[in-house]
Amino acid sequence: MTRAEIQKIVTPILAIIIVLALWEFWVWYMGWPTYKMAAPSDLWPAFWQYRELFFINAWQTLWRTVVGLGLAVVVGTILGMIMGLSRVMNDALYPLLVGFNAIPKATVVPVVALIFIGQHDFNTILVAFMISFFPISVSIAIGLSTLEPEYRDILRSLGASRFTVFWKIALPKTLPEFFGALKVAVTLAFIGTNLVEIVTPHGRGLGSLFDSGRIASNYPLMFAVLIALAILGIVLYYFVVALERIFAGWAERRPT
Amino acid sequence: MRRAYRARRFLHGLAESVEERMRKLIEIENVTHAYRTVAGPLPVLDNLNLSIPQGKFCAVVGPSGCGKSTLTRLIAGLMFPDSGEVRLHGERVRSPRKTVGMAFQNPVLLEWRTILQNVILPLEIVAPTMAKAQKEARARELLAMVGLEDFEDKRPSELSGGMRQRASLCRSLVHKPDILILDEPFGALDAFTREDLWQLMHKLRAEEPFTALLITHDLRESVYLADQVVVLSGRPATTQFVLDIDMPGPRPIDMLYSTQSVDWLAQLRDQIEIAQGRGAKTEGAI
Ligand SMILES: Nc1ncnc2c1ncn2[C@@H]1O[C@H](COP(=O)(O)OP(=O)(O)OP(=O)(O)O)[C@@H](O)[C@H]1O
Ligand SMILES: [Mg+2]
Repeated sequence: MTRAEIQKIVTPILAIIIVLALWEFWVWYMGWPTYKMAAPSDLWPAFWQYRELFFINAWQTLWRTVVGLGLAVVVGTILGMIMGLSRVMNDALYPLLVGFNAIPKATVVPVVALIFIGQHDFNTILVAFMISFFPISVSIAIGLSTLEPEYRDILRSLGASRFTVFWKIALPKTLPEFFGALKVAVTLAFIGTNLVEIVTPHGRGLGSLFDSGRIASNYPLMFAVLIALAILGIVLYYFVVALERIFAGWAERRPT
Repeated sequence: MRRAYRARRFLHGLAESVEERMRKLIEIENVTHAYRTVAGPLPVLDNLNLSIPQGKFCAVVGPSGCGKSTLTRLIAGLMFPDSGEVRLHGERVRSPRKTVGMAFQNPVLLEWRTILQNVILPLEIVAPTMAKAQKEARARELLAMVGLEDFEDKRPSELSGGMRQRASLCRSLVHKPDILILDEPFGALDAFTREDLWQLMHKLRAEEPFTALLITHDLRESVYLADQVVVLSGRPATTQFVLDIDMPGPRPIDMLYSTQSVDWLAQLRDQIEIAQGRGAKTEGAI
């Protein structure tokens, strides 16, 4: 391992340790009891006590986020294609999407819960989807509509169909923007999932574990859930980064 | 007797004109075109006539914005004129066809493909059933011809501007098009690289003859490369002047300094000034 590589791993770990130490020190210095503010040293026991619940609920949160995000990718891409390839559809859909995106999703959760009573998995996925598809469709739409005409013409002049031009040129060319949007979307979908889990309690997901911690005034548990959420968020984010490396690695800036 | 004779003469003439048509690969006849814009129609081409015989190299020069790129799009079948006809092989162009190759000022190489894969791209459209090895062999052959044999597996961003333009030329030729359409392909290059590529064009033509239409702003380029230079008038463009560059055989770059070439360049210069609406020699030397 080179020095640069070691540095790349050690630096963030050091940063985390420093933050935890400061946090521990602050709670100790203020003399806060655990029901006011938990210290990092209280978190591990809380996690260990409920470890089984943590894993079950983390899995619930994870799969519903991923399915919601997957749905957002499919629908967002289709919408983006429609808007990117047709000026009229863009003019028609854009204000609608902006308006829809502006609605705070916390207000949508109870509405959805009322419409689909008892369909917890479905509701959670739906909200995760609704909160995250917007950046994807916008990035695809912009990528397609700003494609330089020459790129289109090299294939169109050979009689290639619109679909071929999309598949061979427009889509790969948009991938870097797409992954940029996906990094935003994955975090949003995650927020959406947790929002439903906390607002409409149905006993599943890390959000509901957080809620039971709140009801039981178990602050160490609540903080342990927050840390677990952070870790899950990081895992999801870097999963998208890994996908980006594979599919759009060519766009990475090379040292020149 | 007399009528039979006349009928024979007529048929003979007809046969001749069909043959004549075949020899003329591209014919543009009375083409008029306007873009529909928010501010109303913008006439771009006005009764334009042009024909390029099989195997000839035609250069088109004209003031900026007069409609040259529009002309290339009409020939490629990407657009259709309001009136008049564009014919390829005597047949009216109704849609894009596989026998056209295009290259632009911007080399438009795809960054996610290697140079070799970029050159293969047209074959994927034109000859989808062709074996991969065969496609690659064909692309390698061309890349070697332009001196890029060591860059096949590089990405476009790893090449210099001139090298990218060479790769772009290979891509436009890989499927052996009947007609090569070049829209200012050397416009963004420095003078030395440009002259290199001019010579390369002659070399490519000698190895695999093709018919070409070159749009350019560089009169020396047009004289060095073309068999025929067409000057278009300002917008809406019409054929203003046609100059035959009668010079068979190899063209060394110093042919540009011959008295003959200097004379051709002066003629073209005058025509451009007329096209720009300044009128030749009325305002003195510019
Ligand atoms: N898609 C379009 N819609 C409307 N107007 C257009 C369109 N494309 C070109 N024009 C206009 O038509 C005119 C001719 O354009 P064209 O690109 O054919 O010119 P050109 O001769 O190639 O110019 P240049 O030498 O600068 O490349 C220009 O005035 C341009 O503004
Ligand atoms: Mg142009």
